[in-house]
Amino acid sequence: MKSNKLFERVVHGIFLLLGLVTVAFVLLITVYLVVCGIPAMMEIGVWNFLFGKVWDPAASDPKYGILPFVLSSIYGTAGALVIGVPVGFFTAVYLSKKASKRVKEWMSAAVSLLAGIPSVVYGLVGMMVLVPGIREIFHLPDGASLLAAMIVLAIMILPSIIKVSITALDAVPKEYEDASLALGATPEETWFRVSVPAAKSGIAAAVVLGVGRAIGEAMAVMMVSGNVANMPSLFESVRFLTTAVSSGMGYADGLYREALFSIALVLFLFIMLINAALNFFLKGEKK
Amino acid sequence: MKKLICAFLALIMALSLAACGGKEQATVSTDGSTSMQKVISALGEAFMEDTGANFTYNATGSGTGIKAVKDGTCDIGLSSRYLKDSEKAEGLKETILAIDGIAIIVHPDNTVADLTVEQIAAVFRGEITSWNEVGGSDGEIVCIGREESSGTRDGFESITGTEEACVYKQELTSNGAVLTAVAENPNAIGYVSLSSVKDTVKAISVGGVAPGEATIKDGSYAVQRPFVLVTKEGAALSETAQAFFDFATSSAANEIISAAGVVPVN
Repeated sequence: MKSNKLFERVVHGIFLLLGLVTVAFVLLITVYLVVCGIPAMMEIGVWNFLFGKVWDPAASDPKYGILPFVLSSIYGTAGALVIGVPVGFFTAVYLSKKASKRVKEWMSAAVSLLAGIPSVVYGLVGMMVLVPGIREIFHLPDGASLLAAMIVLAIMILPSIIKVSITALDAVPKEYEDASLALGATPEETWFRVSVPAAKSGIAAAVVLGVGRAIGEAMAVMMVSGNVANMPSLFESVRFLTTAVSSGMGYADGLYREALFSIALVLFLFIMLINAALNFFLKGEKK
Repeated sequence: MKKLICAFLALIMALSLAACGGKEQATVSTDGSTSMQKVISALGEAFMEDTGANFTYNATGSGTGIKAVKDGTCDIGLSSRYLKDSEKAEGLKETILAIDGIAIIVHPDNTVADLTVEQIAAVFRGEITSWNEVGGSDGEIVCIGREESSGTRDGFESITGTEEACVYKQELTSNGAVLTAVAENPNAIGYVSLSSVKDTVKAISVGGVAPGEATIKDGSYAVQRPFVLVTKEGAALSETAQAFFDFATSSAANEIISAAGVVPVN
């Protein structure tokens, strides 16, 4: 009996410790990013850093303007949403409401598989198929562009959008739909006028989750976007916040290296905002 | 359950013991070229494994490395250019460790097989924009290079005199990525470390000389630069530093140097 109690306490202690480790990591990373990111921003000047249009840290007169990265990240994510959200949303409605059980099972498995593909594979396929494809279709000298990054990101965010939306749509009480059908609405009217509005906070959460995935992706984007620090334009080679950090980190030193931490800090703030939005939508659902 | 906890604690103790060890050691310090990081780190690691001595490397740049030797703040300086006559006059001695060859690559279907260094520079500066200006078919030239901090980019731009003037369509982060991008685009031109060229692309000759170990060693292939060990003329190195110097310049180090992607000369 006594040893049982001791055992319980020990287990409780271990679980508490593991939980604290997670919290400690979050705090550590936050503090580390802020401490490493602030000095360079101060030295360059916050305005020059955030709104400078030229990034050329290796030049004899180095320039550290990250506006091209910020805008590329925002445009790229927005483009991915424009392509990915309609596809994901209608897929989710179809799978949740219309598809037979068999089809739903198979397609859900395929979507899960899509979520499990490593980003470097997306990048590789994009580099071998998508980039030459864009070059041929639009008669460009080179296909590595913002458009290629948008398409790859759109495919990458599909699984999170579809799965979270399905969960939300499945959770709509059957009585709502039955009532709508009993009042003479067609099934299509019922889905879009009753089920979707009832699940809207869940669907919004799905979209926000997609934004989070798109803005944080580095590997696949780096391989298809060309990675040149241009101001964003659909058919131009661009560099995202994430790829700016990962492509410079290898050999950078001095202020250049510190500036990369500042970029990471900016990216971190973006992701915090997205998380805050996600919490907001999920809270709305509970209410 | 107690057994499990005991085992856990024992494991932790074993790990903390393993972390101990190590004592005051003889050290060889190097300072200089960031481009030489890969080769000098590989040599340093092998040296530490063989002798147990300490090895340090400061990636500061060729100029700083040369100055550090002159001031005596490091044992061996690393430079990715030949010493100037003025530097030699100040009592510094250069020993060539290896040669870094950079291949200029195009798509295999490209009919252009030879460019001069001036033509390559003009292409990357954006002054020549179509392949037909250099004897090829119609088609806008797509320049593919490396990211700002890359040693290969630094080497290519310093040899062709295009520092801060290159207009890239893509800036990729590895030799492999440049190879793939060039292999996918019939109008692309790029540069990679010679050792990483594959037959998915065509390495063109420069000024009539095809790239290869032989043409790099005899100096006829133009897109190359030396990796130099800088020491003080007349002043003896410490025993450990001398041992490292002898090891790095011996034929025993050739395999390590080749593995780092450059051509050994000794």
